[in-house]
Amino acid sequence: MLDIKNLHVSYGGIRALQGISLHVPEGKIISLLGANGAGKSTTLRTIMGIVKPTEGSIEFLGGNILGMKSFQVVMKGIALVPEGRRVFTNLTVTENLALGAYTRNDKVQIQQDIEEIYELFPRLREREKQSAGTLSGGEQQMLALGRALMSKPKLLMIDEPSLGLAPVLSQGVLSRLKELNQTRGQTILLIEQNARAALSIADYAYILETGRITLEGPAAELATNDAVRKTYLGIH
Amino acid sequence: MRLSRNTILTLIALLVIAGLLALAQAFMNPYLLRILNLCAVYSIFAVTFNLIFGYTGQFSLGHAGFAAVGAYVAALLTLSPSQKISNFFLKPIVPLLANVELPFLPALIIGGIVASLVGSLIAWPALRLRGDYLAIATLGFSEIIRILLVNMQPITNGALGLKGIPAYTNLLWSWGALAVCLFVTKRLVDSSYGRAMRAVRDDEVAAEALGVNLFKHKMMAFAVSAFFVGVAGGLMANLISTIDPKVFIFTLTYQIVGITVMGGMGSLTGSVIAASLYTIFLELLRPIESQFTIGSLTVPGIPGMRMVIFSILLLVVILFYRKGLMGTREFSWDWVVNLIRRLKSGKKTGSSGEVKS
Repeated sequence: MLDIKNLHVSYGGIRALQGISLHVPEGKIISLLGANGAGKSTTLRTIMGIVKPTEGSIEFLGGNILGMKSFQVVMKGIALVPEGRRVFTNLTVTENLALGAYTRNDKVQIQQDIEEIYELFPRLREREKQSAGTLSGGEQQMLALGRALMSKPKLLMIDEPSLGLAPVLSQGVLSRLKELNQTRGQTILLIEQNARAALSIADYAYILETGRITLEGPAAELATNDAVRKTYLGIH
Repeated sequence: MRLSRNTILTLIALLVIAGLLALAQAFMNPYLLRILNLCAVYSIFAVTFNLIFGYTGQFSLGHAGFAAVGAYVAALLTLSPSQKISNFFLKPIVPLLANVELPFLPALIIGGIVASLVGSLIAWPALRLRGDYLAIATLGFSEIIRILLVNMQPITNGALGLKGIPAYTNLLWSWGALAVCLFVTKRLVDSSYGRAMRAVRDDEVAAEALGVNLFKHKMMAFAVSAFFVGVAGGLMANLISTIDPKVFIFTLTYQIVGITVMGGMGSLTGSVIAASLYTIFLELLRPIESQFTIGSLTVPGIPGMRMVIFSILLLVVILFYRKGLMGTREFSWDWVVNLIRRLKSGKKTGSSGEVKS
């Protein structure tokens, strides 16, 4: 579905990505793991068209999306749940969800989809008239996820959903992702620092270190790989 | 078509206000009329600034410049050819404008359109900037407009300004323009465009990630805002009937910012209330600038003293109402109906708590 080949990105003199290639097949959860500064967020930002690469190609559903503006990428069917949730704190929960459907203009269907999101996350319905800033961290992550789903994305990209959440909550978010993948066949590109949690739900994973992909493989295999266990799972 | 209760109440209120304004126009003295007109003009300034800053989050300080464009265009279009000749005695006016004389409405609208074009032209490069940088850039552009007005003598009569502009502005014009401005702004901020604008204000990156075209929405806020600022400028020119570039120095922008902050960012009601209070208070404070005695102490008249008092009032408002007088709340009929119900049922408690919520 998404094909990235030999992607290079530089910020000024700093080379954030040095030729990464990855492939996201339809209906799978693909995870991109790595420590701070490895280039995970840069990869997402490049896909969204916020950052321009110096070299490489990005193809989505067989068509080139490189050089497109963010809103065009969204219209192609890619949604991003940004790092740190970034809900619109002064807007109500419903308004946040409605903004997720910004690129669509089928009003009746949008209303139904908002209902569907509320069924998926009943906590949000309880707070539909509240401004999003008053929600707890876990609720905000649910809202950010629901908001991204409102654009009916073919590919859902999530940047560090467990950031700043209690372990039990982040586990909840991840199991929701798995559920979405299994019930709706949602394709997901998951970016995580918490390798253990990510590997538990992903089908395939890439490990990113200082701008290069150093290891890749089926998640179950990586979880038993000695090098991964040492550096990312803390098992010696 | 069935009208809802709120629509009917709004229509009745509009009729009552229009009637009261017509009465005021007929019976009030020119001094009071001037103050009431200025209330409306400053309200438009504040409402439009609110659209750019309060709703879209773009800190633009170009209002004085946009107002100047609208004022000069409206003035030049309504001045009679003979007045133009007596105005432009240093350098003659460009032949193109010499014999133009339009009625008030087209002059105002053209003024608004030109201001909107200038606003968009400025916004185009400036909107690549954010926050303080945008503020500085727009402030600079606003000053450029003023300098151009001083130096384009064959068109603007330079520093001499324009005199004898027909005083077309009356209460129905000014408050009518305010009503249109409020209606358009309210419809805009309640639409999906408005929701996207508020999203841009809250978090640009997240809005962009959802597919909101940042530039388009910022531009829309600028263009709509500058249009009504231009109209308000035209109303002002045809109210005070003489304008020169000094009217539009950046302190005008600061006054507008002060008013909008006082009224509440993101509250149109607040903008109108604060603009009216500001205009009326500045007049009420006039005696302070002349000599007066407190007991045995004689205070000499200090020009500008009322601005000191006003600054203190502004500080007090910001201290006690951190989000301005209205915060982000708006006047609504539901609120009024609830208030009346509460008063009827005789519950005297809770009313003070309600206001602060």
